[in-house]
Amino acid sequence: MKFDEIQLRLLEEVADLHGVPEGAYNIRSDSEAVGRRSTEHIVITSKKDVSGIDIEIMPGTKNESVHIPVVMTKSGLKETVYNDFYVGEGADVLIVAGCGIDNCGTGDSEHDGVHRFFLKKGAKVRYVEKHYGSGTGKGKRILNPVTEAYLEEGAEMTMEMVQIKGVDDTERTTVAKLAAGAKLVVRERLMTHDDQRALSRYDVILDGEGASADVVSRSVARGTSFQKFDAKITGNAPSYGHTECDSIIMDQGKILAVPGLQANHIDASLLHEAAIGKIAGDQLIKLMTLGLTEQEAEEQIINGFLR
Amino acid sequence: MLELKNVCFSVPGEDGKKKEIIRDISLTLEDGKLAVITGPNGGGKSTLARLIMGIEKPTSGKIFYNGEDITDLSVTDRAKKGVSFAFQQPVKFKGLKVLDLLRIASGKRLAVGDACRYLSAVGLCARDYIDRELNASLSGGELKRIEIAQILSRATKLSIFDEPEAGIDLWSFNNLIKVFEDMRRDIEDGSIIIISHQERILNVADEIIVISGGKVERKGSKEEILPSLLGSASVLNFCTGASGKEDV
Repeated sequence: MKFDEIQLRLLEEVADLHGVPEGAYNIRSDSEAVGRRSTEHIVITSKKDVSGIDIEIMPGTKNESVHIPVVMTKSGLKETVYNDFYVGEGADVLIVAGCGIDNCGTGDSEHDGVHRFFLKKGAKVRYVEKHYGSGTGKGKRILNPVTEAYLEEGAEMTMEMVQIKGVDDTERTTVAKLAAGAKLVVRERLMTHDDQRALSRYDVILDGEGASADVVSRSVARGTSFQKFDAKITGNAPSYGHTECDSIIMDQGKILAVPGLQANHIDASLLHEAAIGKIAGDQLIKLMTLGLTEQEAEEQIINGFLR
Repeated sequence: MLELKNVCFSVPGEDGKKKEIIRDISLTLEDGKLAVITGPNGGGKSTLARLIMGIEKPTSGKIFYNGEDITDLSVTDRAKKGVSFAFQQPVKFKGLKVLDLLRIASGKRLAVGDACRYLSAVGLCARDYIDRELNASLSGGELKRIEIAQILSRATKLSIFDEPEAGIDLWSFNNLIKVFEDMRRDIEDGSIIIISHQERILNVADEIIVISGGKVERKGSKEEILPSLLGSASVLNFCTGASGKEDV
């Protein structure tokens, strides 16, 4: 499998890959599967009815990873892809997804990935998803990911979702349903610039006793960009839910944070925190007393914040 | 050498009239000296320190550093010329770690071992702190000690500490005195300014400057000034450090 320079750069940005990854993988480039490997414990097959793949992870699979990066380098492509992950009982795996779009043309490029995760009892998944756009064309780079997670008893899922640069328009939808003792941790990092738009919506339902969710988004809106963070947690059982939206606005950026908590059980404990503001003046001055210029100080603060 | 010439600083008061915080202060701090600025709360000590760092600009008057007029220089430029400032209330950062700040402070990619040395010097078990975020999960005393460690890592010619003892517990306080004694010993051609009410800090001073009502009330060697201060409870307010209130 040979990659050109743009493909390699996108793969590095979205999946830290410098070529073919270890373990199981499926690499999709310009709407075609360009490489795939299943392993003894992780089997990847193409879907028959729609575009996409099924990933089956056998029960008890430990310390293995699946990489499923997507790169788009042709202008004007639009695709919707369905990927379903079936994670067996007691498995503990790392799943790295991500999409990089390089659009130098005039047509909009759009990748809408629908990822569904079915975690059996006690399964553990760390899911890392990076989105990145580049290219100087007038065509937009559009990503509309839908992530659904269904966690059985005692299953745990950590999602790290990052979109730092170059995506013009995004609507992210994340839906999760947790059974007893299941645990969901979400860490979202988002930066928008120029006239970009990003909507991020979460709908987490805590259905079983002892289920817990911790959804934390840190974001920066620069230029004239707009972001909306809409996080809802519903507690239907004795459970714990926390959402946090912590945002920095710069230039003429705009952010709307919409907290949503619904407790349907007397022992559901739900908490929402939201803070939006510009970089604190004392933070800039502090770093300037250490010798940084105002601009350097700003960069350090933002880099740390989005780490 | 630091020189202040007829420095005044005023802010708009609540009644619309200007409120004078610093009134015509002229001061010279020779190299190789540790000076402690003391005096009653609200007397203008912290403002004076902020004027020297460039965080505030004088309404009138001039500030010279090593003969150069730095009155109009930015905070960044003064920092680059070798002025350091330890804040009375350390600033918190989400995401930035202790090691990040020590690296920014030192101006180089400080090795973890070196960073640990600065933390150990302020009595922190370095291993436990190096990867901690400088956020509200750290106590006031921990943040304060990390603030001082940054000044140590900068190793500049002029170091200013604004009430370093505020929020520091007794055990750390002994450590803090040792930090200042060590800095004093290695001072060579640099100088140190500490704003403090603490007798033990006053005791390590070469020079004591008493600021009251925005003016220099007295200035002289420790031997000249300290005995009179110890007899005057109105000037030395030992409770200030514990109250955490910001001085002006």
